[in-house]
Amino acid sequence: MLLFLARRIGVMLVTALCLTFVVFYLTNLPAKLETLAKTQAGSRISDAEVASWLDRNGYNQPMLTRYGEWLGVAPGWTREDADGSVTGRCYRLADVSEPGAAPNRCGLIQGYWGNSTRFRADVADVISARLGATGILMLWVLIVMVPMALMVGVLAGMREGSRTDRSLSTFAIASTATPEYVSGVVFIALLASSTVGLSPLLVNWGVIDGPVLFQGNARSALEKITFWNFFLPVMTIALYGMGYVARITRASMTEVMTQQYIRTARLKGVSFRNIVLRHALRNALIAPFTVIMLQIPWLLNGVVIVEVLFSYPGFGWVLFEAAANNDIELLLAASVVAVVVVLITQLISDIGYVYLNPRIRIS
Amino acid sequence: MLDALTWPQIFAALALQLWPVWLAMVVLFAASISFKRSLGLYGKLFDSKVGMVGFALVIFWVFTALFADMIVTHDPLAQFSGMRNAVPGSALRDPGDGYPHFLLGGDALARDVFSRMVMGSREVLRIAPFAAMISFMIGISLGLPAGYIGGKLDTGLTFVANLVLAFPVILLFFLLVAPEIQNTAIPRVMAGVLFLMPVLFFTLLLNARYFTQPMKRNLYVGVVLLVGLWAYSGLAFNADPLGFWGMSPNLLNVFVAVVFVNAPTVFRIVRGITLDIKTRDYVAAAQTRGEGPWYIMLWEILPNARGPLIVDFCLRIGYTTILLGTLGFFGLGVAPESPDWGSTINQGRRLLTAFPHAALAPALALMSLVLGLNLLADGLREESLKD
Repeated sequence: MLLFLARRIGVMLVTALCLTFVVFYLTNLPAKLETLAKTQAGSRISDAEVASWLDRNGYNQPMLTRYGEWLGVAPGWTREDADGSVTGRCYRLADVSEPGAAPNRCGLIQGYWGNSTRFRADVADVISARLGATGILMLWVLIVMVPMALMVGVLAGMREGSRTDRSLSTFAIASTATPEYVSGVVFIALLASSTVGLSPLLVNWGVIDGPVLFQGNARSALEKITFWNFFLPVMTIALYGMGYVARITRASMTEVMTQQYIRTARLKGVSFRNIVLRHALRNALIAPFTVIMLQIPWLLNGVVIVEVLFSYPGFGWVLFEAAANNDIELLLAASVVAVVVVLITQLISDIGYVYLNPRIRIS
Repeated sequence: MLDALTWPQIFAALALQLWPVWLAMVVLFAASISFKRSLGLYGKLFDSKVGMVGFALVIFWVFTALFADMIVTHDPLAQFSGMRNAVPGSALRDPGDGYPHFLLGGDALARDVFSRMVMGSREVLRIAPFAAMISFMIGISLGLPAGYIGGKLDTGLTFVANLVLAFPVILLFFLLVAPEIQNTAIPRVMAGVLFLMPVLFFTLLLNARYFTQPMKRNLYVGVVLLVGLWAYSGLAFNADPLGFWGMSPNLLNVFVAVVFVNAPTVFRIVRGITLDIKTRDYVAAAQTRGEGPWYIMLWEILPNARGPLIVDFCLRIGYTTILLGTLGFFGLGVAPESPDWGSTINQGRRLLTAFPHAALAPALALMSLVLGLNLLADGLREESLKD
C-alpha cells in the first residue's frame, strides 16, 4: 500500500510539473507579454518601447529560466541601475529596495505568488478569498447532488427494466444533456424573471411579496446565504453532474442485483427491502464513490459557468476575469490551484477505490 | 402592419415554416421502418422506442441544418427597425415582401431569433460530428497499439493521455482559444499533428488489408493519400492549391481545441476494449496464421469493438456540442456576429430576466439536440447488447 501510494504521488508530482509548465508557456507567449506591456506602460507605446519594457522587467530571459524563477527553484533576476539602486524580481515581490535585502529565490514554493493586474492585489489573497466562496458553493452542490444521484441510481437499478427504472433513467439522460448554461438560463427565465415564468403568477396570487421567487443574481450570497439567492446556482451545477453519477450507480446496482449472494439472500427469505439495504447497497456504492471524486474537477467547468452567469464572485469567476483581462500571474496561480485540486481528487479516488474494494489487486 | 400572433398561431406558423424538415423526416422514417430488417444495427434502432425518439430529434436538427436556407424567415444577421427585444409573434413594422412576423421575437440587436436559431444548427452540425470523428480516429490509431503492443509505448501514451485529462477543460479553453494564440504557430502545429492521424489511419487500414495484392493496394492507398494529403494541406496549413479545403483561423483554433480535449478519452476507451479483446481466441488464431500486428488490430480487434465505439461516438457528438456551446458562452473563438447557439445564449443572458426568449430558444435547441444524441446512444446500446 505504501509503495503504491509513493509511486502514485511521484506520478502526480511529475504531472503537476508538466501541466504547470504548459500553463506557464501558454500564458507567457510573446503576444500575451506584449499585451501585458501595453496595459502596464500605456497602450500607445511603440514596439521598441515594448521591447525595452519587457527587457527591464525580466521577461526577455529564456522560457525555462523564467519558469524556474516563477516556481522558485532558480534565483530571481536582479539588475543594478546606473545610480546604484538594485531592482529585481525578488525585490519587487518582497517589496524591499536595499541591496541584498531580498531573498535569493522567490517563487511559488517560497510563497510569492505575484500581483494581480486586474484586482491590484496580492494573488494569494485574491485566490484564498475567492476559493472560500467557491468552497461553500461546492459544498452545497455536493450536499444536493450526491444523495439525489445515489437515490435515483439505486431506485432505478433495484428492479431493472421496471417502469420506475425507465422513467428515472430517462430523467438521468435528460439531466446529462442539459449543460449548466442551458439549465441556468431556463431556471432564471422560469423562476427568477419578473416579467415571465412563475414569479408574476405567484405575485398575482399574493403568494410571494417580492417581485421574483428566486434571485437570478447570487452576489448577495457572499454576505448572507439564503435559500432564495443560492438555490438556483446550486441546482444548476448539481443537475448536470447528477445524471452521470446516477447512471453509474444504476449500472453498478443492476450488476450487484444479479449476483449469486443476492439470489441466496432472496431464497433464504430475506425481504426485498433488507436485500437492497443490507446486501446490495454497500457493494453497489464502490463505483459511484470513485466517480463522485472524479466528478469534482468536472464540476469546475460548471462552477466557472454558473459563477459567471449568476455573478457570484468565486474562484471560477476569478479564473474567467483573469483569462479575459490577460492577468498573467493570477491566471497562472488559479491554474495551479485547479490542477492541484484535480490531481488530489484523482489520488483520493484511487486510494478510496483500493480501500473500499478489498479484492482489488495493486499491480 | 399586421397584428401580433398568439402562441397557438406561433406554433402553427413554426410548424408550417419547417415543412421541408417534416417531409424529409416522414420519407426517411417510412423507408427505414419498411426496410428495417435488412439495415443491420441502424434498422434495429426502430425496434426501441427510446432509440427512435432520439433518432427523430437528431435527424430533425440535421434536416433543419440542411434546409436552413428554405426555413429561415429573415436574414439572421440583418437588423430590423423597431424589433429590438420584440416578444415572440411580433409583427414587423414594414415587412415589404418578406415574412411579416418575428416568430420567436427579436434579440437585443433587433435580429430574428428564429432565423438565428435555425442558422445556428448549421454552425454546430458543421463542427461537432467532424471533431468527434477526428477525435475517434486519433483515439483508435493510438489506443489500438497501446493496448495491443503494451510495454513502454503504452506507458508513455497513457501518461500523455492522463496529462491532458488532468487539465480542467475550461482552463484549457481559456488558454488555448484566444486571439493571441490564433496568431502564433500553436494551432497550426497542433492541427498539423492531429489532422495527420486520419490520413495515417486510412493508409494503415487499407495497407494492412491489401498488401498481399500490390495492384489493389497501390490503387486504394494511392487514392487515400492523394485525397487525404490534399485535404490535410488545406485544413491544417491553409495551403490547398485548388482552394477547395480551408478553415478560418478561429474555426481551426476551436476545432483543434475540441479535438484535443476529446481524443484522450477515446484513447482510454479503445485501449481498454483492446486489452479485453486481445485475449480472445480469434486473435490468437490470427497470430498463429502469421498476420501482422496492424492487420490484427485494424481488421480483427477493431470490428469487434464497434458496438461500444458507435455508442460512444453518439455521446461524443453530444459532448462536443456542449463544449462548442461553452466556448460560445464565453465568447471564445467565434466570429462576432456568428449565430451559433453558445454565443447567442451569451448575448441573450444580459437581458435574461426581462426578455428571456432570445437566450431561451437556442438553449432549448441545444438541449434537444444533445438529448436526442444521448437517447440515440442509449437505444443503440440496448439494441447492440441484444445480439
